[in-house]
Amino acid sequence: MEKKIIATTSLAGCFGCHMSVLDIDERILELIELVEFNKSPVDDIKTFTKPVDIGIIEGGCCNSENVEVLRSFRKNCKILISLGECAIMGGLPALRNGIPIEECLNEAYINGPTVGLNTQHILPNDDELPMLLDKVYPCHEIVKIDYYLPGCPPSAELIWDALVALITGSKLDLPYEVIKFD
Amino acid sequence: MTNKIKIKIDGKEIITDQGKTIVEAAHENGIFIPTLCNFAGALPKGCCRMCTIKINNRFMTSCTTPAAHGMEVENNTNEINDFRKGIIELLFVSGNHFCPSCEKSGNCELQALAYRYQMMVPRFPYDFPMKSVDGSSPYIIKDQNRCILCKRCIKTIKDDLGRHYFAFKERGHKLEVLLDEKMGKEISSALAKKAMENCPVGSIIFKEVGFEVPIGQRKYDHKPIGSEIEN
Ligand code: SF4
Ligand code: SF4
Ligand code: FES
Repeated sequence: MEKKIIATTSLAGCFGCHMSVLDIDERILELIELVEFNKSPVDDIKTFTKPVDIGIIEGGCCNSENVEVLRSFRKNCKILISLGECAIMGGLPALRNGIPIEECLNEAYINGPTVGLNTQHILPNDDELPMLLDKVYPCHEIVKIDYYLPGCPPSAELIWDALVALITGSKLDLPYEVIKFD
Repeated sequence: MTNKIKIKIDGKEIITDQGKTIVEAAHENGIFIPTLCNFAGALPKGCCRMCTIKINNRFMTSCTTPAAHGMEVENNTNEINDFRKGIIELLFVSGNHFCPSCEKSGNCELQALAYRYQMMVPRFPYDFPMKSVDGSSPYIIKDQNRCILCKRCIKTIKDDLGRHYFAFKERGHKLEVLLDEKMGKEISSALAKKAMENCPVGSIIFKEVGFEVPIGQRKYDHKPIGSEIEN
């Protein structure tokens, strides 16, 4: 069987979902028999170098760069998976949703109790910095997502079972205990 | 003397007492019908629609409909289950449910129903409404982000004179269930604990202790909601 090509990325996430991928432990040896990684923090390949079969997205979209990366994943991957609560519903970064962005920035950089060193009251404004979005968006509200694997982080079992089912084309049976939102 | 009657649920004949609701009859006979606003011992109000079933091809709420002899009820069908899943999804998108940081996670009925009906993602867009949190009571945090307006706290948490600690405020999409400011300050620790227990979700949090039961030992960690009823 030809190896499937996988790409992964972390948008507005904490890398916990990527850690959970590593939690498949020694099965990672089986995994590399089945797949080849392309753009991903796992192998540090920065740009897509070939068409990808399965793209795995951790984190929602909180800024313009996240949107750009997510769209490039949609363009380059046949199948996209939202992995984890942040990709699926914004997660903890989305706690700011509903609060005006100016208020968030002022609290983080000017009024917060731990910002004493910012004596000139500067808000980050370098051109290199991506623009914050008005709120944090779940990935499927930006591009089409094909599958969702919930959890914070999703369990290694869920990730493993789902990946094997997708790669080998077998039926996915999800035991009750693997679907969790926490 | 109670009158015994026969009804059919998904073709299975069960015997129950006249005067029982369909939910009561089903649960007594080991058939699960999901509920949220219904609470044993309090008058049913039929406000969440989770317990929807079909009789004569009409959607009805089984917590408010009395069983009648010869009734044929549709319960566990794809159509009805998808309808129920839709309600769960609506509740998730219309509040702010950040399960990973919620103290009720693992013991929450809404979350447990989402697991049972395998909600991977709601089909509706997230609303992310601005909601308030009231921590003025010494024993209770009332978090509006997670309130599903089921009225269980209103119906069951009262003082010796029968006065309610919780009440509705506003209407329509502004509707909220508030803890009375004055009574909230005077509520006993025991009653506050009971309020948290009676709330199906994490909208009423008892202060003092938190995350007491570790992950893996919580109510719905291993068995789906309803499995305690089904035989
Ligand atoms: S109340 Fe239930 S569904 Fe809502 S955040 Fe808490 S655990 Fe999740
Ligand atoms: S606080 Fe809890 S019990 Fe009261 S209405 Fe809201 S969800 Fe129901
Ligand atoms: S349980 Fe019947 S309507 Fe809520």
